[in-house]
Amino acid sequence: MKPPPFQYHDPKTLAEAVGLLGKLDNAKLLAGGQSLMPMLNMRFVQPDHIIDINLVEGMSGIKESGGALEIGAMTRQRDLEFSDLIKAKCPLLHQAIMHIGHRQTRNRGTIGGSLCHLDPAAELVSVCAAHDATVTVAGPNGTREVAFADFPAGYLTPAIELNEIVTTIRIPLWPAGHKAAFIEFSRRHGDFAIVSAAALLQIEKGKISRASVTVGGVAVAPVRVGDVENAITGQAPTSELFAKACESCRSIDAMADIHASADYRQHLATVLSRRALEKAAGLADNAPWNRVH
Amino acid sequence: MTDKRTITVSVNGIKHSKEVPVRITLADFIRYELGLTGTHLGCEHGVCGACTILLDGRSARSCLMLAVQADGHEVLTVEGIAPSSDKLHPLQEAFRDNHGLQCGFCTPGMLTTLLEFLRDNPDPTEQEVRVAISGNLCRCTGYQGIVLAALDAAKRMKATGA
Repeated sequence: MKPPPFQYHDPKTLAEAVGLLGKLDNAKLLAGGQSLMPMLNMRFVQPDHIIDINLVEGMSGIKESGGALEIGAMTRQRDLEFSDLIKAKCPLLHQAIMHIGHRQTRNRGTIGGSLCHLDPAAELVSVCAAHDATVTVAGPNGTREVAFADFPAGYLTPAIELNEIVTTIRIPLWPAGHKAAFIEFSRRHGDFAIVSAAALLQIEKGKISRASVTVGGVAVAPVRVGDVENAITGQAPTSELFAKACESCRSIDAMADIHASADYRQHLATVLSRRALEKAAGLADNAPWNRVH
Repeated sequence: MTDKRTITVSVNGIKHSKEVPVRITLADFIRYELGLTGTHLGCEHGVCGACTILLDGRSARSCLMLAVQADGHEVLTVEGIAPSSDKLHPLQEAFRDNHGLQCGFCTPGMLTTLLEFLRDNPDPTEQEVRVAISGNLCRCTGYQGIVLAALDAAKRMKATGA
């Protein structure tokens, strides 16, 4: 028997789940299980109670509303992958999903679970940062909204209370025709990214009118590189412009671990942010690193 | 105290009702409670892919699910792939004919993963096959034969409508 002993609860409504979460000590929510289950199997976590929210009604679905995508927290990553709406309206999310684990894990893993686990290298976390998403959280006193910039509180720690559950993720859409690219560096396909980069560009009359540049895996939470965004806005997109602007990524406060040193992460952030911008702007079609996976 | 529940799971078309500890994984339920040891356990934390089963037709790692979560669902393990006890599935035939297995440890996960993949994508490229099995580790490093088998299986499955 791998996981430690716990009591199992499978509420059918959100109110019931929030109630249990407020009442039980040392409880963990079980969403898709693709992070919590390994942690249970290895006994990194030893909760007294598991609250499985897979049977809670109304927590999954993808729809467009008021210029944004509204995605239920329990929507499986597979359903994001095969969503025509996401493919058409949110190309960054569509591209990012193909880098998340493998088909077997995307079939179970959820968007809300990924955001709450908040792995520094998680693709969905980077996409939410890039798109200035809003997270809706339900607690005993109703719901509240958290801007994604305020969502990470620290390493693997979202800024939500112990008795709160993420219910919906709202991703504001960029105008039709905007450009997007999500790329990452990992040792093998489907591995955790050592560093990832997400670029969104709106180009009008040959000039960049709006830019979003995010690097993931570098620090404990994704970093929106405002210096790069400011340096390229108003300019015509060229490889030289991007290369020069992305040099500022070398000063990001980067973490070091068994996979890569801080210096190497800064280097990757610099190279990958430039490549993501080039890919988004259509300047990388023949680049050797820009192969289709 | 170990919390227990009674669950009903259909495995390879046969319904099983059992009382299980809530903390047992689906993988251990399949192996220890049902005695279906074709589903292999390698890493038990979702990396190696050996324990892949189909849950309602979708591939999933059975070490990353609790058995209680399969209550009311349909599971397909490697034992349920062949149409009968004396006839292999075209995917299995392609593995045999293309040297798609050496020690056989990763094979159950490769077969279940590819079964779903080839249904979703009946005419894949080699690159697509390699991405599809990227979550399944073969420690014999016999990937060449596995990829050839998958491509051959796609042709056979199209021909037979399997």
